[in-house]
Amino acid sequence: MSAAPPAYWQPDGECMDREELEQLQLERLQATLVRTWRNVPFYRRRFDEIGFDPEGLRTLADIQRLPFTTKADLIQSYPYGMYAVPLRDVVRLHASGGTGSAAIVMAYSRNDIKTWSNLMARMLVAGGVTKDDVVQITFNYGLLAGAFGVHYGAERLGASVIPTSSGNTKRQLKIMQDYKTTVLVSTPGYALHLAEVARDAGLGPGSFSLRVGMLGGEPWSEEVRREIEERLHLIAIDNYGLSELLGPGIAGECTEKNGLHVNEDHFLVEVIDPVTLKPVPPGQVGELVMTSLTKEAFPLVRYRTRDLSAILPGACPCGRTLVRVRRLLGRSDDMIIIRGVTVHPSAVDTVLRDILGSVPDYQIFVERPGTLDEATLHIHVSGSLFFDEMKLQTGFIDKVRRRLSSELGVTFEVKLVGPRPGDGSPGGITSKVVDLRRK
Amino acid sequence: MLRIRNLDAGYGSLTVLRRVSIHVKPGEIVAIVGANGAGKSTLLKTIVGLVRPRAGEVLFEGTDVSRTPTEAIVRAGCSLVPEGRQVFADMTVWENLLLGAHVQRGKGGRAGLQADLDRICGLFPVLAERRRQLAGTLSGGEQQMLAMGRALMAHPRLLMLDEPSMGLAPLIVRDIFDIVVRISAAGSTVLLVEQNARSALKVAHRGYVLETGTITMQGTSEELLANRDVQRAYLGKDANEESERGAP
Repeated sequence: MSAAPPAYWQPDGECMDREELEQLQLERLQATLVRTWRNVPFYRRRFDEIGFDPEGLRTLADIQRLPFTTKADLIQSYPYGMYAVPLRDVVRLHASGGTGSAAIVMAYSRNDIKTWSNLMARMLVAGGVTKDDVVQITFNYGLLAGAFGVHYGAERLGASVIPTSSGNTKRQLKIMQDYKTTVLVSTPGYALHLAEVARDAGLGPGSFSLRVGMLGGEPWSEEVRREIEERLHLIAIDNYGLSELLGPGIAGECTEKNGLHVNEDHFLVEVIDPVTLKPVPPGQVGELVMTSLTKEAFPLVRYRTRDLSAILPGACPCGRTLVRVRRLLGRSDDMIIIRGVTVHPSAVDTVLRDILGSVPDYQIFVERPGTLDEATLHIHVSGSLFFDEMKLQTGFIDKVRRRLSSELGVTFEVKLVGPRPGDGSPGGITSKVVDLRRK
Repeated sequence: MLRIRNLDAGYGSLTVLRRVSIHVKPGEIVAIVGANGAGKSTLLKTIVGLVRPRAGEVLFEGTDVSRTPTEAIVRAGCSLVPEGRQVFADMTVWENLLLGAHVQRGKGGRAGLQADLDRICGLFPVLAERRRQLAGTLSGGEQQMLAMGRALMAHPRLLMLDEPSMGLAPLIVRDIFDIVVRISAAGSTVLLVEQNARSALKVAHRGYVLETGTITMQGTSEELLANRDVQRAYLGKDANEESERGAP
């Protein structure tokens, strides 16, 4: 008989009392700010510009006096402008594609890699993974950080790792069968794709030994979760990571599936209103802003993630005291102001779900032909969306328009169009909003 | 056990510590490393009330002691072994130890006192051998042991050691740090400051790097020992040495 698997990977870090945690966060934040000011020219300039003394921060809330760091800052600092250690102390580089050709290259010290492994091991244990599991990693092994983070975490935990990397779905399925993979690591989109290909090959869920899906890399709904769980017979766990900050291992669900625990002893989390840039009260949706507290090579202060979420109140039955955030609601880049009204796609989601029972793929186009904004909602219809039925439904378009107008305060022109090219590609995140006014 | 937030302290117009925040949990050995003059001793003196903080809070077991007299802090269970031992040279080893028991006066009586002496002699057998000798005639290592033994007579829950390895031969330094581990194992929490970063971090669970009065790094001892800045500044591994070693 083997003993029950541990409930926590690092109970000292995951179950600290809040007062103790805040002391640790303060100590780490103070040291981080002194180090970034001393070692990173970008931060020295930023802090000096506003007359901020890095030795002047006395409370965690004082961080609100500091400016944000954005993706544009990282792009401008390419290649070494954000490094806090000399290159000879760097043991790894990872890159994030960013938008267009602008690359961001992140650095990791030896300690950073070790911390990363432990933080990811925490997430795996929280999701129910044990050292006896066989973990198949279908993220791409390359410049992107994702696959490596999970890989290190799983090895640290002592699980058996199969680094299949991305692509070749048939081979993925064969390995999954032959080696009795118990944990699938993938994007939610790829998990569904695997299920699809398996079904086409006549393989039902019974052909596999899957138990847990550690999924992440793109926002996904509870419906998609249910579908993945039913089709692959596993428990699907949501994970949050961001290449600029670390990769995976920043936050993740425990088996309670009631929000993602943030590794707060290593990342200070704030939620701000993406328009006013002021902090929002707990519970309210806003953009996640993160400060690294222990990173040596590539520390980031108040990094705007552009990811929308909210701090969840209350304690989690799992015993972790780390704060939970809601599953991602989208990107703050997608928030848009139309004729002075702030519109977020999640509100559009709600209206469409109400009418259709599920959220179809859609895009919002905003133009300004004259002086006024004009918004068009393109609903991309595919086979699974009962295209014909929708067309037959008299007044469907009218209904959507009326509901959007009354609930969002914006009048949209609504069009039914064909599927987007490239839709369904694993890992692809395409914007829900196309703003044609910015020219 | 100990929680310090935003501590500023100094002497006269001189500011030595700037916004220092550290904590020590029960049962831990925590090391503060840094160069000479970084403010390490001042930090310990401020905790025990010999230097008054200008700002910030010092919580010892949940109580703010930043305005508490030294004697009361010691009685509350926080003892300091000062830099350079400072034993009473003209008194015997035994008398020195008994002085350490004065805050315990009235507790435990004669039997308690004897038990304490036995406990100290268990840790430092050499002190029993030399009990009638004048402290001034002891070697540096023995004086360090006597100073530690004297502090332990007060049953501190937190034992603070200021540069325990200073001026001692390498072999003796090893003995002293072995004893630190045993003191910790016997139930005392230990906060020590050291220029000898390697030895201190080898026995400590966690550590802080103090540079010109400010904490610049913190982490587990393992992390600090693996940090290249710490290696270059405090462990005597410089960049040239590294690159030479790496050369074919």
